[in-house]
Amino acid sequence: MDLSRRQLLFVGAAAGGGFLVGWHRPSGPRILAAAAKAAPAVFAPNAFIRIGRDGRITLIMNQVEMGQGTYTSMPMLLAEELEVGLDQVHLEHAPPDDKLYSVPVFGFQVTGASCSVRLLYEPLRRAGAAARSMLVAAAAQTWSVDAASCRAEKGVVTHTPTGRTLRYGALADKAATLPVPAQVVLKDPREFKLIGTPAKRLDTPAKVNGTAQFGIDVRLPGMNIATVAASPVVGGKLAFVDDSKAKAIPGVRQIVRLDDAVAVVADNMWAAKRGLKALTLRWEDGPNGTIATADVVRGLAAAAETPGVVARNEGDAPGVIAGASRKIESVYEAPFLAHAALEPINCTVHVRPDRCEVWTGSQVLSRVQAAAAKVTGLPLEKVVVHNFYLGGAFGRRLEVDYVPQAVRIGQQVQGPVKVIWTREEDIRHDVVRPYYYDRIAAAVDARGMPTAWTHRLVGPSIMGRWAPPAVTNGIDPDAVDGAVDLLYDIPAIRVEYVRHEEPALNTGFWRGVGVTHNTFVIESFIDELAAAAKQDPVAYRRALLGKSARAKAVLDVAAREAGWGRPLPEGRGRGVSVLYSGWGSYLAAIAEASVSKAGEVRVHRVVCAVDCGTVVNPDTVKAQIEGGIIFGIGGALWGEVTLEKGRIQQSNFHDVRVLRINEAPAIAVHLVRNLEAPGGIGEPGTAVTAPAVANAVFAATGKRIRKLPLEKQLRPA
Amino acid sequence: MVTLRINGKSHTVDAPSDMPLLWVLRDLLGMNGTKFGCGVALCGACTVHLDGIPRRSCVTPVSAAVGHAITTIEAIGATPIGKKVQQSWLDLEVVQCGYCQSGQIMAAAALLAKIPSPTDADIDQGMSGNICRCGTYPRIREAIKQAARKQTTAEREG
Repeated sequence: MDLSRRQLLFVGAAAGGGFLVGWHRPSGPRILAAAAKAAPAVFAPNAFIRIGRDGRITLIMNQVEMGQGTYTSMPMLLAEELEVGLDQVHLEHAPPDDKLYSVPVFGFQVTGASCSVRLLYEPLRRAGAAARSMLVAAAAQTWSVDAASCRAEKGVVTHTPTGRTLRYGALADKAATLPVPAQVVLKDPREFKLIGTPAKRLDTPAKVNGTAQFGIDVRLPGMNIATVAASPVVGGKLAFVDDSKAKAIPGVRQIVRLDDAVAVVADNMWAAKRGLKALTLRWEDGPNGTIATADVVRGLAAAAETPGVVARNEGDAPGVIAGASRKIESVYEAPFLAHAALEPINCTVHVRPDRCEVWTGSQVLSRVQAAAAKVTGLPLEKVVVHNFYLGGAFGRRLEVDYVPQAVRIGQQVQGPVKVIWTREEDIRHDVVRPYYYDRIAAAVDARGMPTAWTHRLVGPSIMGRWAPPAVTNGIDPDAVDGAVDLLYDIPAIRVEYVRHEEPALNTGFWRGVGVTHNTFVIESFIDELAAAAKQDPVAYRRALLGKSARAKAVLDVAAREAGWGRPLPEGRGRGVSVLYSGWGSYLAAIAEASVSKAGEVRVHRVVCAVDCGTVVNPDTVKAQIEGGIIFGIGGALWGEVTLEKGRIQQSNFHDVRVLRINEAPAIAVHLVRNLEAPGGIGEPGTAVTAPAVANAVFAATGKRIRKLPLEKQLRPA
Repeated sequence: MVTLRINGKSHTVDAPSDMPLLWVLRDLLGMNGTKFGCGVALCGACTVHLDGIPRRSCVTPVSAAVGHAITTIEAIGATPIGKKVQQSWLDLEVVQCGYCQSGQIMAAAALLAKIPSPTDADIDQGMSGNICRCGTYPRIREAIKQAARKQTTAEREG
């Protein structure tokens, strides 16, 4: 195998605006200077493909790589139709450009919301097919034969009747003169050579030998390193700084004051950290400086008493419930959550009067560019953004708050400066998953089956801030995702959304986004209904899934593979959950858990069945589900950010507890394969997990936990 | 001035004695494979070897590293165990975002050097200090076992 892997090129952003291209070899990377890039890109039929006269095939990665496998899945889509092998391609980070790289539906350049394969499955295949058809046409013209008598394979066009061949590189000049076809014929999925196969990830070799470049790894001549303390309270201001001790620390160069933050600029991170610690700071907290978590919850609970905008309405659910003799009502709460991606937030900038360069890992490159342009007053084209591998993101790097901060620091520093947040700063200035508060109710018939369902969910509108046009009629599509997609066959359903903003914390997307919260509520509550009806949780759900064959299929696979119904060791319980949402994927998860006397939850095993339609890279799908489940378990058991006096109380991995290897369950992922449209896969594994675990805790202990994190509720008083 | 032996080579750096090895490697020597994750030895991203023993370089003062053989991710592939670990990582597609993996591989190589055929409990013990937010733990466990099998096979054949 390994010739191909060794030959894979990876690309890092270089100083001076160009891309540096590195050749990954077993002996380590050799960084080629910008001259390497100067290899003529003769044929560039679109923004995704460049083919040089020398035969070099470069694929430009519009979607960023944060672990989810886009630097393999996107090349697979392009290469499948371009008719090249993954061993023949070089990858390059795309620059910010909403015109060239916007994602359908969103309308701008974004990697998130499990959208890459889901929304680019066709566009990238079309890009590959257009390029291939032009190369074939160029060969046919060269030979004066019918293009239909030629075929392309592995970067070579062959004239089938005579066996003559021409490599893509030799065709690049001629192909570049041909018109880009308006229409292309895509392959029949049955002819796929790459799509659907467990291709090896293209980014792995550099990630096992330490050569992969993350944003935090950028090094520039004359670069200083800065670390920051921003106001611990949202909206607070810097009131006073005594920097006399900090300035005395060797290596500390400069103290930069911003209105809401202070940065210590130094020769290295150690000096910067020591300098920061040596500062005496006072903050003007402002109105948020008194807020505690309980205040936020009170606000949400009060808002939950008011009607919201109706996001789904069938029948007269409130009326049915009001008149029902048997009804079940519950309140669910989900806490603020930190992302804690392992690469702390960082951003390197070089601000000059006529130009600004930014080096960072971001899910929204064009927003990074716009943010830097806004601060500097420079036009967009004078802001150059270099992207990197992202050391985890989970939604955190959909925000660009750290970019203007770094640029404002950079404006006061001569030369480039790398701004690195300490882990403590990263946690305390996270853009956290919102606190959500849900009221949910159902009327049930004599057999305990639901006849009406009302779900009122209360929380802020992330989309209202992040992508306002997405909010229509007051409905935030992310906030209600999953809740409005309820698959259970219930005659009357009403889903209401109450937008309630709590300004004490900045809130944003967290892996699994709105669905993570909604699935916890829905799948816990349906479990409550099953328990009240004294029915088996799988059978109860199954009876309500008559209209969704795909959901029923994943539930059946999960139940079978998990051995649902088979006896468990004493003290263990099994919990199930089913997920469907706007991502278009169907999942069913079954968790086995036990709870100690001290209230510690151990998740022993998770079985997950996944139908995400057409699969591009099955191994990546499995990896995403495994990782999503592990992310979800840590969040469900311990995940919580709390506020006191407007300040986030947590700061590092001692109080932001995440799952470790000794706590990770055995996980089995089963793919249900078909040729439906591809669904998203990065997030649903997380979203399906918390209710499966909570339901397993119920099965093991009889305790129904309606407020996350689970262990906090299970600890003896 | 401090002289360190890193990956078999001698480096002299101008670092205060309390400067953590992590920042010496990254900021003074430009060896960026070793990662900063938490700064307080809670996540393992900065794991290096001192005389083959895994150490959190973010809390290891450079003075404590003097006189010891320092090995980082950049050179672990030059050791037979490190090479097997990296290969198993590739074979099982362990990696996702990759940020923690330098530390994971260093911890795994040290574990296998100490315990050639680790049990699940040994893996828990040896690897629980290394956080992976992408959740690659099941594959890390399998990759360690695969590397162990290769290692013991190689020993038998050797």
